[in-house]
Amino acid sequence: MAPLTREQKFEARFAEWAAQPIQFATLEAEAAYKERVQMWKDVIRLKKPVRVPFLMLPGIHPFLHAGITTEEGMYDYEKMSAAFKKYNEEFRTDTVVSCGMVGSGPLFDILDYKLYQWPGRGVAPTASYQALEGEFMKDDEYDLLINDPTDFFMRYYLPRVFNALAGWATLGPLTDITELPFTGPYMIGAGLPPAVKAWETMLEAGREALKWASFVGATDGYSIATFGLPAFIGGACKAPFDTLGDTLRGTRAIMLDKFRQPKKVLAAMERLVPLAIASGVRQATAAKVPFIFIPLHKGADGFMSDKDFKTFYWPTLKAVIIGLINEGIVPYLFVEGGYNQRIEVIAQDPDIPVGSTLWIFDKTDMNEVKRLWGGWACFGGNVPASLLSTGSAKDVRAYCERLIDAVARDGGFVLAPGAVVDHCTAENMHAMIDTCHEYGIY
Amino acid sequence: MSEQLINAIAEMDEEGALALTRELLAAGTAPTAILDACRSAMEVVGKRFECGEYFIPELILAGEMLKGISAEVKPYLAAGQADVKKLGKVVIGTVKGDIHDIGKDIVVFMLDVNGFEVYDLGIDVPPQVFVNKIQETRAPIVALSGFLTLSFDSMKQTVEAIRAAGLRDKVKIMVGGGTVDEQVCRYAGADAFGPDAMAAVTLAKGWIA
Repeated sequence: MAPLTREQKFEARFAEWAAQPIQFATLEAEAAYKERVQMWKDVIRLKKPVRVPFLMLPGIHPFLHAGITTEEGMYDYEKMSAAFKKYNEEFRTDTVVSCGMVGSGPLFDILDYKLYQWPGRGVAPTASYQALEGEFMKDDEYDLLINDPTDFFMRYYLPRVFNALAGWATLGPLTDITELPFTGPYMIGAGLPPAVKAWETMLEAGREALKWASFVGATDGYSIATFGLPAFIGGACKAPFDTLGDTLRGTRAIMLDKFRQPKKVLAAMERLVPLAIASGVRQATAAKVPFIFIPLHKGADGFMSDKDFKTFYWPTLKAVIIGLINEGIVPYLFVEGGYNQRIEVIAQDPDIPVGSTLWIFDKTDMNEVKRLWGGWACFGGNVPASLLSTGSAKDVRAYCERLIDAVARDGGFVLAPGAVVDHCTAENMHAMIDTCHEYGIY
Repeated sequence: MSEQLINAIAEMDEEGALALTRELLAAGTAPTAILDACRSAMEVVGKRFECGEYFIPELILAGEMLKGISAEVKPYLAAGQADVKKLGKVVIGTVKGDIHDIGKDIVVFMLDVNGFEVYDLGIDVPPQVFVNKIQETRAPIVALSGFLTLSFDSMKQTVEAIRAAGLRDKVKIMVGGGTVDEQVCRYAGADAFGPDAMAAVTLAKGWIA
């Protein structure tokens, strides 16, 4: 049998998404679900859907809206669940607003996570979790990563970033275990006290994650089945430059590496490309949801020159995007900060098929996006966090209407806040959604 | 050779800049002349940043080069010799609830190399700590940094605390970082918003003129 084309794979993934085995509460919910799936399919393919769809990435807004602290939401799964059910009932965005993104406080406690601080662990009870970058990969460790990324993560990165897994640093590489006589000596390390503590931590973390996941599954499942809101984020992966810059080296260090050891940076990113693709494909397939979320960070305006963007950021990100598209997946690129310098570099890239990606922008000129990208890629976003947090519903509505008038009339547009939503009045959230239903009809 | 040092820094030649510094010192060049060259080089870097030729990585590498050169020069300096007349004082910090420091640190660095005396209060800074520092230093300029939307209210509270302390008409307040924009500036009751580190320098220079 001939292998499926990417178009056939896309169709198959969307068909699977539409036909998820959901016990809908009502016929209306089922119809709404199917209508929304069709709307997303149309908008990605740059058609005019029935109306402009609305998409938002929830930060801690669902907790604050429910009148609980972030700390309560991250540590008390019952409260988390109640907050998100209420949120999905009140705000009918065009996807389920999933509680899966905010994470479990107890789990991070068990792991003793160092890359972040969260309420109760370094930041205020009502704050959002915040990254605390560090050089979790040292400047002379690129070759270790390039040689064997999994080994580097297991024996260097994870023991540093999860203090409770520090014992893994005492293990040998798993690839040492090749023959009967070498098995015994290898396993000695696995039985020594530091490693034993790490295994026990993993066991505890796994049990906590399952407990948390059962709440996430039940909560999202309830909202999907009751309100007809499809799950939207099938999984996530990163631009290789961001894996280095956010996760492994930190912003300052990656910027200096770009001057001091550019070849190593490029080689490491090449190495990360197939891992990012495989991860995205695995997650989307397991979730039966065709969108893979890719937040973009360290390639934004100001973070490097266009020349460096073309050398260091875009080629490997593009390879990840194409790798996902070839498997029928839609990369959902969440473009944080400004991309005014970049949209021209990326515009109409002939290697990326027309109508196969979704880009949500923040501080980027949408008229320029429309001018340069129109008829090439589905885009949206740009409703400012400052407006949602401090402006009036009237202003929000006016902003959204202007945006629709300016760039949405040909289809292929998604109304969305530019940033993760932590602070927003209920009136402003309703104003965005209502604008889609009232003003955004095609 | 000072000219060469200026070029090395401005062209982001880290190894060359450090090697030249060592050569200059060995040849008996006055350490203050080397520091003057660094300041001239930073003017070039700042201009290139403003006109969109250089970006944050260049500012960070320039900072590293200056750190390296200062370490080389230090043993040659007599006490007080490195002191230059400062343009004015600036109190800066990331506002309460927010722990992001990268953007703030770049602003601190650019204000510093442009001749300001910078009092960096760090991250997650409560309003009263800003007020105390303003009272202590009599700084005429305050810079509030924030990355997250929670910083909007913290900025507003900080400006209000400054007003409550009777200092509002004695300071100019700038805001910047992450999701901050003109709207947030108005909301917080600050005087100006700056999109990047050089904007902070331009605002500060304008305010002390």
